Amino acid sequence: MDKLMSDLKSQIIAQLNLQDTKPEDIGDDQPLFVEGLGLDSIDALELIVLLQQHYKIKLSNAEEGPKVFKTVRTMAEYITAHQAQNA
Amino acid sequence: MSNSIYITSSCIISNHIVYKNGQPIFENKGLAISDFLVSVYRYLNNQYPKFHKMDNLSKLGWLACELLLQNSFDAAKYKPEETGIVLSNKNSSLDTDTRYLQTTNEIPSPALFVYTLPNIMIGEIAITHGFKGENAFFIFDEFDAAFVQQYVNNLLNCNILQCCICGWVELLNNEYKAALFLIEKNKSANSIIFTKENLIKIYQV
Repeated sequence: MDKLMSDLKSQIIAQLNLQDTKPEDIGDDQPLFVEGLGLDSIDALELIVLLQQHYKIKLSNAEEGPKVFKTVRTMAEYITAHQAQNA
Repeated sequence: MSNSIYITSSCIISNHIVYKNGQPIFENKGLAISDFLVSVYRYLNNQYPKFHKMDNLSKLGWLACELLLQNSFDAAKYKPEETGIVLSNKNSSLDTDTRYLQTTNEIPSPALFVYTLPNIMIGEIAITHGFKGENAFFIFDEFDAAFVQQYVNNLLNCNILQCCICGWVELLNNEYKAALFLIEKNKSANSIIFTKENLIKIYQV
């Protein structure tokens, strides 16, 4: 899980062009939107693209988005659960 | 009868040199356009993380505007709806349109898609400063100083605006030029009369 969260932080920075942010600046449980990393609705779409590109996961239910993309940890948990389902 | 209107500040970014009010203030030759724009951002020393998410056209226009206004604009003088933005260029958002089209071969990029209109650049500037005045984006083969002068003159003389940022922001592949002018009704230290001839003279620096 730690390795996955570390990878996700680097991938989020690259995907969202957060050039002034380093992986260590993003906390595992820090909110990604609004008061946390300050991401917006376009960033949310880019996170969906990230899941597709890097993990071959298509977010089938848009209503899951806020829960899945709440923090780096919730993203990692979603990816792990999805991979376990498809193992 | 029209009152005197002034060009109170100008900023040109061309050939990897930045000019403020006709004087070169920054130069960084030999870089790709995207790296050059980041170097201008570092020079500006302005913390605006959203800059990195913009496409190159918006970055160019946004940087030119920040440098145009820096130490030359008193926001307190105007209500948000009194400052407008009138920009123009030749190739619209074609630079980003092409890059977006390439992403559609795999997964289309939402972040690129939002920049497939040139007036998004106006939005970036307006959001940064809270400007809510009239805005427009025009496409011309080349910088049309006569049109810009007449159009902006009307906006100010009819009191639709009290202040306007106007000019040319063009970028396609490695070719680019930004020429922005701050137009106001009041004279300032280095202001000159807002005429077609003066726009052209500054543009051709």
